[in-house]
Amino acid sequence: MPNPNPNLPDRDITDEKHYVNRRFFMKAAILSGTAAVTGLAYRELTYSKTIETSSRPLANFVPATQPSTQPGKDNGFTTTEAKNSYQDITHYNNFYEFSTDKASVADAADGFVTTPWTVSVEGLVRKPRKFDLDDILKISPPQERVYRMRCVEGWSMVIPWAGYPLADLLNAVQPLGSAKYVAFQTLLDPKRMPNQSANILNWPYVEGLRMDEAMHPLAILASGLYGKQLPPQDGAPIRLVTPWKYGFKGIKSIVKISVTEDQPPTTWNLAAPDEYGFYANVNPNVDHPRWSQATELRIGDLERRPTLMFNGYADQVASLYTGMDLRANY
Amino acid sequence: MKDPQFAKLVVFVNSLVPLALLFLDAKNDRLGPNPIEYAIRETGTLALIFLFLTLTITPVRKLTGWNWLSHFRREIGLFAFFYGLVHFSIYFGFYQSFNVKKVIADTIARRFILAGMGAMTILTPLALTSTNSIIKRMGAARWKKLHSYIYYAAGLGVLHYYLLVKADETKPEIYAAVLAVLLGYRLVVHLLRKKPAASMVIKTLNASNN
Repeated sequence: MPNPNPNLPDRDITDEKHYVNRRFFMKAAILSGTAAVTGLAYRELTYSKTIETSSRPLANFVPATQPSTQPGKDNGFTTTEAKNSYQDITHYNNFYEFSTDKASVADAADGFVTTPWTVSVEGLVRKPRKFDLDDILKISPPQERVYRMRCVEGWSMVIPWAGYPLADLLNAVQPLGSAKYVAFQTLLDPKRMPNQSANILNWPYVEGLRMDEAMHPLAILASGLYGKQLPPQDGAPIRLVTPWKYGFKGIKSIVKISVTEDQPPTTWNLAAPDEYGFYANVNPNVDHPRWSQATELRIGDLERRPTLMFNGYADQVASLYTGMDLRANY
Repeated sequence: MKDPQFAKLVVFVNSLVPLALLFLDAKNDRLGPNPIEYAIRETGTLALIFLFLTLTITPVRKLTGWNWLSHFRREIGLFAFFYGLVHFSIYFGFYQSFNVKKVIADTIARRFILAGMGAMTILTPLALTSTNSIIKRMGAARWKKLHSYIYYAAGLGVLHYYLLVKADETKPEIYAAVLAVLLGYRLVVHLLRKKPAASMVIKTLNASNN
C-alpha cells in the first residue's frame, strides 16, 4: 500500500485490513449495544411480575369426589376436565380495584391485608349479624368445587375453589318472607385497593342474585383455591362463585351481604347497561354487543372451543329460568 | 449522518427487537396464561407506537433542524404496517381460524374490528407504494397526497383501541392525546401557511412583546 501522507512514517498507518476490521467491530458493537438497550427498556415496560403466594392450607378441607356418571344425577360440583394451574389462576385476573391489566393484578394485590375482616349480613333477615371472618367461615366446612369459569371477555378456566353453599349462610340468618334478592358489596378502601382512586367504575363494586339463584347449591362463598386460602388477586378473603354466570358476577372481597325485596343494582350493569345485564348467564346464543359469545378460549389452549349454555350447568340451573326470555334478560 | 445505510440498519435491528422478544418468550412459554391475547395486544400496541413514531419525525425534524431524521421515516412507517400485519394475522389465524367469511361477518358486526380493518386497508397501499421507483412513477405530489392518509389510519387505529376497552379508557385516551398533538402541530403549520395574515399577527404579537 502506498503511503498517502508523506509526513507520516509507514509504520504509523493502520493497515487497511485492521482498519476495516475495526469499523466492522464498531458497527457490530453499536448494533448489539442499541439492541440490548432497546430490549431491556422494552422488557421493563412490558414485564409483569410473578408473585409467590404464601397461602396457608385450609382447615377441615373436604376434597371433591368424582362426578356422577349417571345421566341427570351429576350435581356439577366437580368435573373431570383438566384444571388450570395455580400459576395461571393467580396471574390472570380481572380485579379492577387493583389493576385493569389481568397480568398485573397479582403484583398490585400483593400484601393486601385481610385481617381484621368483617362481613355484615343484613336486610330482610330474622337474624342480621356482623360476622368476623373466622365466624362466617365456620358456618360450614370448605368443600372443594371444581368449576368452569367463563369470563364475559371470551376466555375460561377450570378452577378448584373451596367454599360452602351461599344457602348455608342465608339459612343461618333466616330470610323473611318478603325477601326476593341478595345484594353483595366489595370492600371500599382506596388505601388498600389503589385503583378505587381512579374513576373507572362506580365503587364499591356491587352484585346481586335472585333469591332462588342464591339458594342454588352451585352458588358458593369461596375462601380457598387448590385447598389453600384464597390469594388476594382471586378475591380474598371471601368471594362469590356462580359458575353458570359470567365471571363478573363472582364479586370478590365481600364486606356486606343484604337481603332485599327489590332487584339490587350491579356494577357492570350501571357502567354499560346495553352490554351487561343483571342475570349475566353464560349464553352462547346472545352475543355481547362488541364480540361473539359463541366460543371461548380455555386458558392453556390455542384453539377456541364452543361455549356451552349456562356454561355447561344447564342440567342443574336451566329450571331457574323456565319461561324467561334470555335474550331480553341477558 | 455519515453513514445513512448503517443508521438505517441500526433502526431496523432495534425495530425488530420487540418481535424477537415475543418469539423468544413464546418459545419459552413466558407470555403468561393467555399467550395469544398477549401477542395480539403487544403487536397492536407496537403498530400504533410505530405509527406515532412515523408522525413524530417531521415535527421533530422541523423543530430541531435534524434533517437526517427523514432518512428513517419510510422505514419506521413500514414497521408500523409490519406490526399491524402481524396483529391482523394473529386475529385471522387464532381468532377466526383463517376463515375469510368469518372475518367479513365479524367486520360488519363489530365497530372496533371495522375501525382496525379500516386502518389496515389504508396502510396497505401506503406500504406497497414505498419503493423509490414507484415514488418516481407516481410523482411527488400524488405520492404525498396518498401518503397523507396515514393520519386517517392513525385515527382509526386509536379508535379501534378505544372501542375495544371495557371500562378503563385511560390508555386509549393517552394515545388519542398524543395523536391530537401530532395532528394539531400539522394543523397549526397548515393554517399559518394558508393565512399569511395569521402568521403576520403572530409575528407582530411577538414583536410587540419584545
